[in-house]
Amino acid sequence: MSSSNTRQLLAALRMFVVLTVLLGGLYPAAIWGVGRLGLSHQADGSRVERGGVVVGSSLLGQNFTDDRHFQGRPSASEYAGDVSGGTNLYASAQDQQKALADRRAAYAAANGGAAAPADALTASASGLDPDISPENAMAQAPRVARANGLDRGAVVDLVRDHTEGRTLGFLGEPRVNVVELNLALDQLVAR
Amino acid sequence: MSGTVSGLLTIGLLLALLAVCYHPLGAWMAHVYGDTRHWRVERVLYRLVRVDPDSEQGWRTYAVSVVAFSVVSILLLFGLILVQLRLPLTQGSQGMGATTALNTAVSFVTNTNWQSYAGEVGATPIVQTVGLTVQNFVSAAVGMAVAVALIRAAARRSARDIGNFWVDLVRGSVRILLPIAAVAGVVLLVGGVVQNLSAPETVKALAGGDQVIRGGLVASQEAIKELGTNGGGYFNANSAHPFENPNAVTNLLEIFLLLLIPFALTRTYGILVGDRRQGWALLGFAGVLWAAGVAATTASEVAASGGLGGAMEGKEQRFGLWASTLFAASTTGTSTGAVNSMHESYSPLGGGTVLTTMVLGEISPGGVGSGLYGILIVAILAVFIAGLMVGRTPEFLGKTIGRREVTCAALYILVMPILVLVFTGLSLVLDGPRSTMLASGPHGLTEVMYAYASGSNNNGSAFAGLTADTPWYNLTLAACMVLGRFVPMLLVLRLAGLLVEQHPRPATAGTMPTHTPRFVGLLTGVALIVAGLTFFPALALGPIAEALS
Repeated sequence: MSSSNTRQLLAALRMFVVLTVLLGGLYPAAIWGVGRLGLSHQADGSRVERGGVVVGSSLLGQNFTDDRHFQGRPSASEYAGDVSGGTNLYASAQDQQKALADRRAAYAAANGGAAAPADALTASASGLDPDISPENAMAQAPRVARANGLDRGAVVDLVRDHTEGRTLGFLGEPRVNVVELNLALDQLVAR
Repeated sequence: MSGTVSGLLTIGLLLALLAVCYHPLGAWMAHVYGDTRHWRVERVLYRLVRVDPDSEQGWRTYAVSVVAFSVVSILLLFGLILVQLRLPLTQGSQGMGATTALNTAVSFVTNTNWQSYAGEVGATPIVQTVGLTVQNFVSAAVGMAVAVALIRAAARRSARDIGNFWVDLVRGSVRILLPIAAVAGVVLLVGGVVQNLSAPETVKALAGGDQVIRGGLVASQEAIKELGTNGGGYFNANSAHPFENPNAVTNLLEIFLLLLIPFALTRTYGILVGDRRQGWALLGFAGVLWAAGVAATTASEVAASGGLGGAMEGKEQRFGLWASTLFAASTTGTSTGAVNSMHESYSPLGGGTVLTTMVLGEISPGGVGSGLYGILIVAILAVFIAGLMVGRTPEFLGKTIGRREVTCAALYILVMPILVLVFTGLSLVLDGPRSTMLASGPHGLTEVMYAYASGSNNNGSAFAGLTADTPWYNLTLAACMVLGRFVPMLLVLRLAGLLVEQHPRPATAGTMPTHTPRFVGLLTGVALIVAGLTFFPALALGPIAEALS
């Protein structure tokens, strides 16, 4: 190897070290520092508490399976939170057609024959989707009210209170955060 | 409001934001790469590294510097990943095997960010931050440096040098990427992207049972992951994970970031060659292809949403169809490869469109830097073909496109299709690689072809059903990423060396202008014909056959 190439390699090595300190050390530390200055709720994962105990994050859906709670979307990982991801199934795959048909039947059986909206039939990309569509939440409201012995109107009002429209009126989709909705539901039941 | 109206307004806001930044950022980048003075922090860097920032390099030395820096980066990152479990802060990570570690090191250094590991279990916070975040910056800065070297060569007259790689690398990192990433990182943090060093915490969930809440220095990585058109997710679900992309606003910001520099560089180009109309022409070309990709992907998914499941498999409720397809077309068109929805679950034509966007050669508008030099190669091919048609010596910006110049461009164009088609074919005839496909039939072909198109184009997105963490896929994809990145890059630098020596010829009445709508049409035609001739048979057997069956 010529001496000029060796010089270049040594320069590359030093450049790598110096840029690592700047971009892999100082930069992430600075953003971390901003997080400590008043943004720690977001920086730490938007955790939600019940009675002072952390019971999840408002950004991460949970595996609600009982009739008493609103149920989130199907998940490839059942919301375990250890490894995220989707099913990668595609519409023409036989597994997927069977899964969709089974979920539609189960949804109708649990919710007085209601037709399942798309989000109730399909698994999300992350397996941690915290949101469902407002139609999905409304269709589950009668079942949830019955299972908790609550007035149906009160549960419908609760869903309405937790329905978020599109941001700025046009960004994203209307949605209901299932974790926050169920947290409020539990409080309503406890009263 | 219907999904269509909200989707169109979202695209409108995105375009407005890009338009507002187009001129200032393009002009700033032109100033950065042309500036004769150094910032104080840069002087300190040059002194530590012991390079002379005021000397310039010819194309060979420039190329040696690019290769030296990339080789050092690959080896050190590979080493860091191999020893990661012996360092502090492992936080329950399982680490990576040797072929996975090599694949990952190559992947991040080549600006591909293909991931055959799951971020949650494969990489410790130290690898994520000290290793991968750094490559997110510098691999992007290397791409911009090579693009700028080519532009300088086109603009200079009878010269020898094309710039100083170390200066271009440092300035791209310090003056362009770092400030924008810092602002974007804070905005993402406000939006809910996490930034902490907490170990994974298992909580008793509201739903009953346990749930793991993970942490990580995600906001700082997410910002540069999009801005540098890298795309390697902190988590396995990438930008679909609520901790990487919590809401519709962060989603729009992430799409904006990945399009920002590739589009603005066309302005930089126009300024540096002293004719802004040249930049407008390239912007028009890239913009038309990008818009076509968005339209085709969205139309395919909207058409599929009539079926059971409403095309929502693998998509997040907070984004819905339009914000997912807008992301998908932009991430594949910019060689980013981040995803906010799972492309394998798309309809046949939706998945086929995002695949096509990649095999165009990442020019709509392509990755930071690599997109611009990719477009310039197509432009050189276009003037050559036009020259053949009218029997004139082809010229580009006054420089003659002779035998040696067009050889560089032709070889550039050939590298990626050879890699994609040869390795896809091999994977389909060998029993081992075939056994790790999730799908069979046409969808299976698309799955494998997508992987090699993604690797060879330095995109990094996946039809994620393919189990790619096997020695075969790790090593062949690593080969595709290295060859797909550095062979074209070296050809571009060789071309720069040829162009810089020429004295431009004055334009005459017979010179074909390269700033007119007609030239944009010619460019588009050449790009589509080259990709169509190469890939139509494979696309016909994959997504098109699936859509028709």
